[in-house]
Amino acid sequence: MTTMGSSTDTATDTVLTAENITKSFGGVHALKGASITMRRGEVTALIGDNGAGKSTLVRCLSGIHKPDSGTITLDGNPVQIDNPLAAKHHGIETVQQNLALVEDLTVWQNFFVGREIVKGFGPFQMLDRKAMRDKAGTLLSGLAVNVPPVTSRVRRLSGGQRQAVAIARAAGWGSSIVIMDEPTAALGVQETARVESVIRKLQDSGVAVLLISHNFDQVLRLAQHVWVMRGGLAVAERRTAETSGDELVALITGAQAA
Amino acid sequence: MNTTTAERLEAPPAPPNKVMTSLSEAKHLSFWAENAAPIGLVVLVIVFSFLSPTFLTIGNITAMLVAAAILVVLAVAQAFVITTGGIDLSISATMTIGAVGFGLAYQAGISFWPAALIAILSATVIGVINGLLIAKGKVTDFIATLGTLGVATGLALILTDGKPIAVTSTELLRLTTGKVGFVPYPFILAAIVGVIAWFVMFRTRYGLHVQAVGGSEEASVANGVKAPRVRIAVYVWAAGLAGLASLLLVARIGAAEPAVNTNYLLNSIAAVVLGGVALTGGRAKIVGPILGALLLTALTNGLTLLAVSQFYQPLAVGLVVVLAALLTRFQKR
Repeated sequence: MTTMGSSTDTATDTVLTAENITKSFGGVHALKGASITMRRGEVTALIGDNGAGKSTLVRCLSGIHKPDSGTITLDGNPVQIDNPLAAKHHGIETVQQNLALVEDLTVWQNFFVGREIVKGFGPFQMLDRKAMRDKAGTLLSGLAVNVPPVTSRVRRLSGGQRQAVAIARAAGWGSSIVIMDEPTAALGVQETARVESVIRKLQDSGVAVLLISHNFDQVLRLAQHVWVMRGGLAVAERRTAETSGDELVALITGAQAA
Repeated sequence: MNTTTAERLEAPPAPPNKVMTSLSEAKHLSFWAENAAPIGLVVLVIVFSFLSPTFLTIGNITAMLVAAAILVVLAVAQAFVITTGGIDLSISATMTIGAVGFGLAYQAGISFWPAALIAILSATVIGVINGLLIAKGKVTDFIATLGTLGVATGLALILTDGKPIAVTSTELLRLTTGKVGFVPYPFILAAIVGVIAWFVMFRTRYGLHVQAVGGSEEASVANGVKAPRVRIAVYVWAAGLAGLASLLLVARIGAAEPAVNTNYLLNSIAAVVLGGVALTGGRAKIVGPILGALLLTALTNGLTLLAVSQFYQPLAVGLVVVLAALLTRFQKR
């Protein structure tokens, strides 16, 4: 599959391998055996036209969809990712395209919903609201973006602030892989720059980032490796240092064979 | 009092004076929409105390609190269901099943406490069915609980052959006549239910999940919340509370009646709407629905004192609820 002869030396620094992932919704075959790898400490980009299967693949990795077949390997160990909690348990955090924020809840509630900090025992467990507010505040300010107060409702936040909340939430759990599905698609220029700096920060801290993006400049700017998807398959991979926007477009449309 | 309002006040940096802030907020419709139940309750109390000298007597207040207790418990139960974006149309029929369960057990010579447990358990069965239909069977909440409303009503009639079962229990008599000061036991029970419900909703993991699932099921699931489990639990709790309310009902009537009790169903939803809870779910309130239940009880009581024909009571309740629902459109989101 790899034409660059890199498969031998990646064996050691590959953090995630997805092999022959298939997923159908009724008669629609969204994924027809896609395989990708991610290297430790790198930003890996996933590009492709609408309907190429990018989001479905991401949803399989983050436990929202269960693949029909195929294997996912983390650090050389095959893993089952049956639900979002399992993905988080394996250190895979995802910033969904829709951000997966509950608008009626506050920022800190969104941070911790699903894995709350509690105090007390047995039936008398209650939420440790102060601990959660403090930790959410620390994690958010660590991103050094236009920080919203942790007690404000997500409904009141701007698009950039929401993105910051979703990213800080994903980054805040000591995870080894963070998946971002079009994190800047809805953002302005300044906010995009902020999110890109966050992605660099994540990478510097040793996190492997899987970045889904339609923006080739962004991909070439941020990523070290890029996978191209077409028709439910990962059809090509390139080192970003050795490719160009034109070549990526040709690979996406199929004008150039892998 | 209520975390949602408390947190909203915390959000802007240090309001200079909370009284001034609420006064300036009073110009906006949203202020009236957020506080429809307490404002409405105060207005009703003032109006009725002018119109009827007996309205604010200790005796009448005690009578109102006794009458409100059942509705408070049902409104709290309904508030949980509606916070998840669902609705429980079977809640009063579930209460009837609880009452019939108690009556049959008591008739069979079972003593009070085990019979009370049977009442709550038999009501809970309806809740389990509701929860499974809605969360696992993916039946719309409206249809599922409409179905169990019919089933429970029919079962109650079949099991009792359509006749009320007279219950003469000293425990129930004490429950319905006892009081601390002017506060009757049934209302103390309802208040305890309210406090526990507030705690569960705003201070526990489960309550947060209820709000999250109601706000966005998709986002909650993506964050690892087990939404079907949360939904099933909310209907089971609601039915359990309806079972508890059935004890108050039997105590009040002195018999387990297989009656339909449609009024309690409509008023429980009305109290929640008055309390400022959006039927779309996600925004939890407990104090609001309790005040809504008190308001509806005061309204009925006041109209009775003024010798207004019973025929006008549903009309008044209906108008108040429609007005409240219109007001909720202007709530801050």
